Amino acid sequence: MAWYSETTATRKKSLKDLWTKCKKCQSHIYNSEWEENLNVCPSCNYHGPITSYERIKLLFDENTFAELFNNISPSDSLNFIDLKGSYKEKYETAIKKTGISEAVVTGHGKINGIKAVAAVMDFRFLGGSLGSGTGEKILRAANYAYDNNLPYIVFSASGGARMQEGVQSLMQMAKTCAGIARLNKKNIPYISVLTNPTTGGVSASYAMMGDINISEPGALIGFAGRRVIEQTIGEKLPDDFQTAEYLLKHGFMDAIVDRKNIKNYISNVLGFYNRASN
Amino acid sequence: MGSKGEKTTVLTGENKMAKKKKSVLSAWDVVKISRHPKRPILQDYLSLIFTNFIELHGDRFFSDDLAMIGGFAEIGDQKVMLIGHNKGKKTEENIERNFGMAKPDGYRKALRLMKLAERFNIPVVTIIDTPGAFPGLEAEERGQAEAIAKNLTEMASLEVPIICVVIGEGGSGGALGIGVGDKILMLSNSIYSVISPEGCASILWRDAKFAPDAAEALNLTASALYKHGVIDEIIEEPGEGAHTNYEKTAASVKSAILRNLEKYKKLSTEELIQSRFVKYSGMGKFSVNN
Repeated sequence: MAWYSETTATRKKSLKDLWTKCKKCQSHIYNSEWEENLNVCPSCNYHGPITSYERIKLLFDENTFAELFNNISPSDSLNFIDLKGSYKEKYETAIKKTGISEAVVTGHGKINGIKAVAAVMDFRFLGGSLGSGTGEKILRAANYAYDNNLPYIVFSASGGARMQEGVQSLMQMAKTCAGIARLNKKNIPYISVLTNPTTGGVSASYAMMGDINISEPGALIGFAGRRVIEQTIGEKLPDDFQTAEYLLKHGFMDAIVDRKNIKNYISNVLGFYNRASN
Repeated sequence: MGSKGEKTTVLTGENKMAKKKKSVLSAWDVVKISRHPKRPILQDYLSLIFTNFIELHGDRFFSDDLAMIGGFAEIGDQKVMLIGHNKGKKTEENIERNFGMAKPDGYRKALRLMKLAERFNIPVVTIIDTPGAFPGLEAEERGQAEAIAKNLTEMASLEVPIICVVIGEGGSGGALGIGVGDKILMLSNSIYSVISPEGCASILWRDAKFAPDAAEALNLTASALYKHGVIDEIIEEPGEGAHTNYEKTAASVKSAILRNLEKYKKLSTEELIQSRFVKYSGMGKFSVNN
């Protein structure tokens, strides 16, 4: 734009780099404040997305996290091709963009000194969808917890089962729950943290099976998509439908915990599990 | 008949004529047969191959979900707990039974009956035929996700054998909610999918009219799922489909159920649980890199 002076343009650009508008309350918050607040709006408490590694950094004591099973990645076993191309291209792009090889990062470490195993989903990777590799990692981490008598923590963030692997993805729901069933039999604590969003096949499997289910404020948690439900019943849905607060009201959530308090909440709860070593 | 050929590995045992017919069926053709208005439904199998059905009602919590029924039953000389999705034939029936789409109450009824089977030490047989778990307001309110999740977890460690037969539509989590079996059998023209072809098409093809393409890509037919090691057995349907011969279809289903139940008679509880755990641990294909 010829009339638009270069200095004005540059100044506007650098201002834009200083702050980001909150998606919920529209307040202008400095980027440095977003970072300090763990990507939570200091004005309205809207909890923005964070990556799996950022989450792991918040959860585990410094230098205690050891990643497990990071050699697992997707396979295009159905040779799935849709309008936009192949599944293989999609996940290869996802791997490049995110630096992780599946929609969940697994490992063990210490949470305020308590040793635990965690699986942390990452919504950036194909919408956190549950594919065979995702389910495999979640099961292997559960098995590690089982074999080593360690508590298991899962952070969910998912749009549901990964379509491109067909019913193999659906079966990951049964596979992961089989792992949880074993933990239950051995009385090993399993804490499920449902983050925004947790839907479909993930909410209908391991995410809802925690001994304790907690969530971040405002998280979208549900089974069917809002639009599908509205079309099916032909009615408008309440504004707070499928939020963490709605689930709490209807008896499906133990607590809603702010991001900054989750680590301490978990270690507090784990402190109540008295177990003789075996 | 679709114009697309479907390359499949078909189980032996059917005649050459039926085999030829199958090789020109597209996935979308199969979808249409699986949803045929005259296709046999649970109530048909109840009258043809099950006897002494003592229906049990309610989830002891909220309601009696008519989309999911169950109770004690006999098949051959086997006493079982029978559970299944309950579609209807006439419109009023379908409305009353919510087209076989269960709410949390249906899954909780199923769970109650499965735990009862465990206590009575009889095997569980589930008949799967649902477009999906009901996507409704009350269903969400009463915890549709939690009900399904709970069933998956309990079925994974249920201490009696579980045989599941998909007779029509295996609608995603709605099907799996009573589908974590030691053996998963499918009628040859039934389908089992993580999402309906219409739903998949609207998302990945931007238009539900691409449902036939989505159906092909999803690998939702019995033959595709058998090929990929997801299901254990295909039960061949007569001629053009089950709707053409109820007795013959039901007889095949009966013999398949009995034959599979037989496999679990000699296993101890520990062996049973272990074999089920191994089965589900092995589900899906992924890459291991070094």
